[in-house]
Amino acid sequence: MTPAQWVRRLGFYVVIVLIAAFLAIPVLWLVFAPFDRAPTLTTSLPAWTLHNFATLADNPYALRSLGNSVLLAAGTMVLVTVLGALAAYALSRVRIPGRDGLLYALLLLSSIVTGTAAMVPIFLLVFQLNLIDSQLGVVLVLSGGLLPAAIFIMKDFMDTTPRSYEESARVFGAGPLQILRDVVVPVVRPGIATCAVWTVVQVWGNFLTPFILLRSPEKSPAAVVLYTFYTEGGQPNLGLISAFSLLYSVPVVAMYLFVNRRYGFRFHGGIKR
Amino acid sequence: MADIVLSELVKEYPGGVRALDSLDLTIDDGEFFALLGPSGCGKTTLLRSIAGLETVTSGRIEIGGRDVTALQPGARDLAMVFQDYALFPHMTVRDNIAYPLKIKKVGRAERHGTADETAEGLSLGGLLARRPGQLSGGQQQRAALARAVASRPRVLLLDEPLSNLDARLRLEARTFLKRLQRELAVTTVFVTHDQAEALAMSDRMAVMEAGRIRQIGTPSAVFHRPASTFVASFIGSTPTNLIDAVVDRDTLTVAGVPMPLPGDVRGQVRGGEELVFAVRPEYLSLHAEARPTGLPGTVAVVENMGVSSLVSLDVAGSIVQVTVPEGAEPALGATGWAVPDPARVLLYRRGDGQLVGSPTQPVSDGPAAGGSASGAAVPAGR
Repeated sequence: MTPAQWVRRLGFYVVIVLIAAFLAIPVLWLVFAPFDRAPTLTTSLPAWTLHNFATLADNPYALRSLGNSVLLAAGTMVLVTVLGALAAYALSRVRIPGRDGLLYALLLLSSIVTGTAAMVPIFLLVFQLNLIDSQLGVVLVLSGGLLPAAIFIMKDFMDTTPRSYEESARVFGAGPLQILRDVVVPVVRPGIATCAVWTVVQVWGNFLTPFILLRSPEKSPAAVVLYTFYTEGGQPNLGLISAFSLLYSVPVVAMYLFVNRRYGFRFHGGIKR
Repeated sequence: MADIVLSELVKEYPGGVRALDSLDLTIDDGEFFALLGPSGCGKTTLLRSIAGLETVTSGRIEIGGRDVTALQPGARDLAMVFQDYALFPHMTVRDNIAYPLKIKKVGRAERHGTADETAEGLSLGGLLARRPGQLSGGQQQRAALARAVASRPRVLLLDEPLSNLDARLRLEARTFLKRLQRELAVTTVFVTHDQAEALAMSDRMAVMEAGRIRQIGTPSAVFHRPASTFVASFIGSTPTNLIDAVVDRDTLTVAGVPMPLPGDVRGQVRGGEELVFAVRPEYLSLHAEARPTGLPGTVAVVENMGVSSLVSLDVAGSIVQVTVPEGAEPALGATGWAVPDPARVLLYRRGDGQLVGSPTQPVSDGPAAGGSASGAAVPAGR
């Protein structure tokens, strides 16, 4: 190897290490800071202590909010996968004029217009429905926002299922719901699993919708409660925040590992293999 | 078991395409019936209409004397094997075979018993616990057949059953299917675009073109007496020679060669009428010396077909193909005379392409009648 090649290779590794450090240090902070009595914004090996978790356990809303998050995520996930699967099946199999245009319009509107921009009308709508400060309201609003993308992903999976599977079942006398249950759903199971996980992750990380629609702290999910961890002096309480963040991220990672092992992911940014 | 009666069946797709054009067809109980035609002729639409997967625009479908036109596929008591077999990839072979019984709410033990028994009969015994993806093409086909026959349907429909198999396996599957159908004695309709399959397997066949049936008959009747130039050119592993001919009083001028006009068509053609002279390559013999009824030409191409060779003769600008036995191949560029077997020559009208002689003659006679049918064909004088 010539010196020039050495230098080039060295430069390459330096860049790689910098990028890796940039990505790894926040994660390391998440692992170390919760066990530090007085964590700062720097990442350093802590004097191991469980003090932060003990404080967290005393907080009346902290652990409860994780349960709320699970409730919201599970409710939205069930609603989105069930409604999304039925809608995607119908849209994949029935010829409606302007079907693709409708789908793209829904997708576009749901990804651009909802969220911050639509928060005022959504708040008014939920208010009129008497669903302010109700977890059902949050589930409905989140489901509405996530459904178009979920339908889009699942329709893609359903489109690739040969029609002859369903026709074959039809000739044997199976009805539409029987066909959906026995043939279509098992065949597109990876797609449904993908959508379910994606929905859970979206809801788990959503702050704005529950923050605006829920009033009582005992109904708030983890993302909102995390926002309330300040010291008396108005400074962020890094000890509590880091400990809670760790607890907050564990379920999602666990779910990802479980689903990946059980169903096998085909999730590549929404594009299937 | 049941017969199938189709009357005045019409299937029109949006946009005015007529896939089935006022079609009448009766398929007898226990018959192995082939629907043959080029792609786009409506044969698959017809099969799917019988299955109920397509709603017909008008007409009636009766199975076993019962009008099923408005019934759902599942209520017609039939089974269908799809071209891609449509085995459910997430179920084992056993569950696949038992699925129709599960739909019919047969108990678990009983349906697994029936599935095992059916699979055994189709030599799938050791493969019951596998998934379809772990089977070979031939095994998948047998699994699909097992699933279709496990529920003892009155009618079995097969959509291009052999097209997904490789050439060697196809021959085995042909024999296997024919034997299975005979054993079950179930009325079977199968769709194919391969004339050899239709000839080899069916009891009777219908040749379709543009949504209509052009001819119905036993394979031998269709092969020996095609009702039109379309059927003549479609049936047979080598295409029939169709040569323009003109009637000239008592003689027929075929590519410039006068041949005596056969007696039994004499009353049915006028002087000067334009006909098509049809003879299969197998029924022509090639001679190196001039013959009075021989068509002279130069050898343009010789194709080796194993036990015989197909020789293309250039006869006054048009190609006439002749089959010659092994070892008798002429040299390229040599002159030869193709002499038709007078008993095997057929004449068609140039205008509508219909057979001259007996267009209304029943062509659905048994295999034994095939010989007499060809015997009645135009005897060109020697």
